[in-house]
Amino acid sequence: MMVGLIHYLILAAILFCIGLFGVLTRRNAIGVLMGLELMFNAVNINLVAFSRYINMSNLPGGQIATLGQIFTIFIITIAAAEAVVGLALVICIYRNFRGINVDEVNLMKW
Amino acid sequence: MKQTILFYIFALLIIVSAILTVRMRNIFHAGLFLILTFVGVAGLYITLDAEFIAGVQVLIYVGAIAILILFAVMLTQGIYDKTQAATNKQQFGALVLSVILLVLLVLIIMATEWITGNQAAPSISELAIDLMRKFALPFEIVSVVLLAALLGAVVIARKEEK
Repeated sequence: MMVGLIHYLILAAILFCIGLFGVLTRRNAIGVLMGLELMFNAVNINLVAFSRYINMSNLPGGQIATLGQIFTIFIITIAAAEAVVGLALVICIYRNFRGINVDEVNLMKW
Repeated sequence: MKQTILFYIFALLIIVSAILTVRMRNIFHAGLFLILTFVGVAGLYITLDAEFIAGVQVLIYVGAIAILILFAVMLTQGIYDKTQAATNKQQFGALVLSVILLVLLVLIIMATEWITGNQAAPSISELAIDLMRKFALPFEIVSVVLLAALLGAVVIARKEEK
């Protein structure tokens, strides 16, 4: 059986759910960020697979053949910005709490 | 045929190393498996004829983000403490939620009628021309976002002067 769009979409769904599981279960804040990166990658796989397989010639904006890949580039850029700010926050939390377990940081919890 | 074999190899690599990333006790080892996942995703992009995205994936994810994460792991000491639990108490609920979401997503993917057609993958020069013409404004805005994130990270992580 040839590999088609559905294979890539299901693989991305699996990767997204693994990332979600990591985000929900890790106590370490860096572990939570790792789960987030996995979820970003799942979304990017989806977009590149769409740009390869979906016939967009009848859709609005469909004449731009590079649309999916350009979206992926922007998402990678935003993911880099997110990782930088997130890790700066982790360093800041570590300095103030002597630990980075997210369940112990409850300063703003009502 | 070649694409099929490569797809299954990379899919196996991605899934196994992603599971190890979220399950490893030692957060440093989890970071190393995260790098392996990123490399697998880069290989997957090559099977989709997206060579430029694959290169960007290796440069930015493997070269920058993963190394940044490993640096953050090394800067925050005391996380090798074996007496502390690596996961919180909501493991069962999280597992159920993830599996339900996965089943729902697979059902939706199967039920949707995809208008597929083999599009020619865009070349790198087409990508560059579109990025500089049709997407020039988003391109500039995203560079401002990067600058803002850089400055914000410096301000947040700096030691407060007393």
